[in-house]
Amino acid sequence: MVEGSDFLGIFNRLSEEERLVMQTVRDFVREQYLPVIREYHARGEFPMQFVPQLGELGLFGITVPEEYGGAGLSYFIYGLAMQELERGDSGLRSFASVQNSLVMYPIYRYGSEEQKKKWLPLLAGGEKIGCFGLTEPDHGSDPGAMETRAQKTDAGWLLNGAKMWITNGSIADVAVVWAKTDAGINGFLVEKGTAGFTANKIKGKFSLRASDTGELVFEDCEIPEENRLPLAKGLRAPLSCLNEARYGIAWGAIGAAMACYEEARDYALSRVQFGRPIAGFQLVQEKLVEMLTEITKGLLLNFQVGKLKDMGTAKHYHISMVKRNNVHQALQIARSARSILAANGITDEYQTIRHMLNLESVYTYEGTHDIHTLIIGESITGLSAFR
Amino acid sequence: MNIAVCVKQTPDTETRIKLTEDQKRVDESDINFILNPYDEFAVEQAVRLKEAHGGEVTVISLGPDRVKTAIRTALAMGGDRAIHLKTEKHPDDPLVTAKALASVLKEGNYDLILLGKQAIDDDHNQMPSILGALLDIPAVTVVIKLEVDGNKLTAEREIDGGHEILEFSMPAIIGAQRGLNEPRYPSLKGIMRAKKIQIEEREVATEPEQLKVESLQYPPPKSPGKIVGDSADAVPELLRLLHEEAKVL
Repeated sequence: MVEGSDFLGIFNRLSEEERLVMQTVRDFVREQYLPVIREYHARGEFPMQFVPQLGELGLFGITVPEEYGGAGLSYFIYGLAMQELERGDSGLRSFASVQNSLVMYPIYRYGSEEQKKKWLPLLAGGEKIGCFGLTEPDHGSDPGAMETRAQKTDAGWLLNGAKMWITNGSIADVAVVWAKTDAGINGFLVEKGTAGFTANKIKGKFSLRASDTGELVFEDCEIPEENRLPLAKGLRAPLSCLNEARYGIAWGAIGAAMACYEEARDYALSRVQFGRPIAGFQLVQEKLVEMLTEITKGLLLNFQVGKLKDMGTAKHYHISMVKRNNVHQALQIARSARSILAANGITDEYQTIRHMLNLESVYTYEGTHDIHTLIIGESITGLSAFR
Repeated sequence: MNIAVCVKQTPDTETRIKLTEDQKRVDESDINFILNPYDEFAVEQAVRLKEAHGGEVTVISLGPDRVKTAIRTALAMGGDRAIHLKTEKHPDDPLVTAKALASVLKEGNYDLILLGKQAIDDDHNQMPSILGALLDIPAVTVVIKLEVDGNKLTAEREIDGGHEILEFSMPAIIGAQRGLNEPRYPSLKGIMRAKKIQIEEREVATEPEQLKVESLQYPPPKSPGKIVGDSADAVPELLRLLHEEAKVL
């Protein structure tokens, strides 16, 4: 019998250190995170006690050079880490995605030397938490139409507007906020406690419950010039950050899919109906086969795009393909796994429904499934269907 | 402090074990191997002692090429040097392994030699004691607490029905038991640091084994559990069954 989710032995290609990173994160999630996730999911909170440990493990700033407190590792390793974190919960991977790709990456790529030295080591160690403010209440897929404004003053900038659906929004110490200026879109580091800046937790979520989602409001919020990201010019800057995060999501989605598949297979082997395990029924086998085939294909996509990313040749539409496909398939796998678990699958005794509900968010955030379809469509026809 | 940690690579506790056709060995084809969990306590203790008192931690492992992964894990947790004693397979006879380890340990002049109290695969529980005899130094095993004061060591160990506290001096051998510490996860930086450490390879000629595995058997299938009831009314019946049938009370 083939155990686990690696049907084709794809992980046998990993180097020793890649395997060790994957195993370490997997062990951490299984031994530390999974025993408590049910409780935090029910409460609708992120388990904050893990933040220092995630920092110690080196899971923040994985690709950031060591001189700034990062681990200086490959995008491939970053991907493997995201896969294993999301095997635990999309909320855990989201936390790491935001810290790595949406906060540390823009500071590293677009920040001044002072900003890098000040923030990156603190973020890497988990001493400070960041968030990323691009989406607004009325502007999701079309961020270029944002209404948040930053007006130049003698002392710096005056920020006005609101950001919505911000992961880590209400727990962050620093927000990377994108706003329109007379010279186009700029990025600002807005620190917690700045006068005129408030963050509210979004309640009533049925998805990503163990993750903080907030709304950021800026009312005549004064930001010093030294908190502007000097190298970020135009919408390309925030979009480049999203590209980083989407890459990690493609890996993470497969991690969630593996968790669902493995749970469903184990359940099907032990659940007896009509005198035999339900895994022996053709309809159940078909579901399991479809699930494992899609996991295998998703893994192969991740391996290829991971290599492209490390070679520096990954295009945004390559990343759209892996994000779009892998999240879509992961959601289908989660639903299929839920159907195998049947009535047991609707309770949090099993992890599948938590993953299934989480993946509804993942399907929408960081570029919706539909927008990624149109990005790929544009790349192969030269015709934009949405701009 | 010059510390050696002897580690063994064992199958993952979550692995479903399959036997070879002759039922003499475990089929290794689909097995995920890990650092023996008891050895993790030994590595962690060694690294903590190094962090507190300075010195160096040398990781030593005997076995086929694949054991390098376990060595690398121990290095990623904080080991500094490593010696791989290359053999075709793990000997069945603990004495054979111990003699090969002892010859390397003698050369190293270690103040302290740490290892797990047992490996979770063959469960012999012999290595700390045999090494103690071969090296003619104190060996204290099933240790849950270890204190170092200069050359003096104080170890608390589990014995039947209680704890025993022993004092002895270095050099000595410690067999680590669960509870000695909480082993760290190798960090990403630790893993990359470990990658740069050259593992010293040595061919070892092992002696003929005096102990051979005749056959391995799967544990008997577990009989299904019984639900006595789901309210307080079931407690008397549960107590009766635990007393009369299960005979655990």
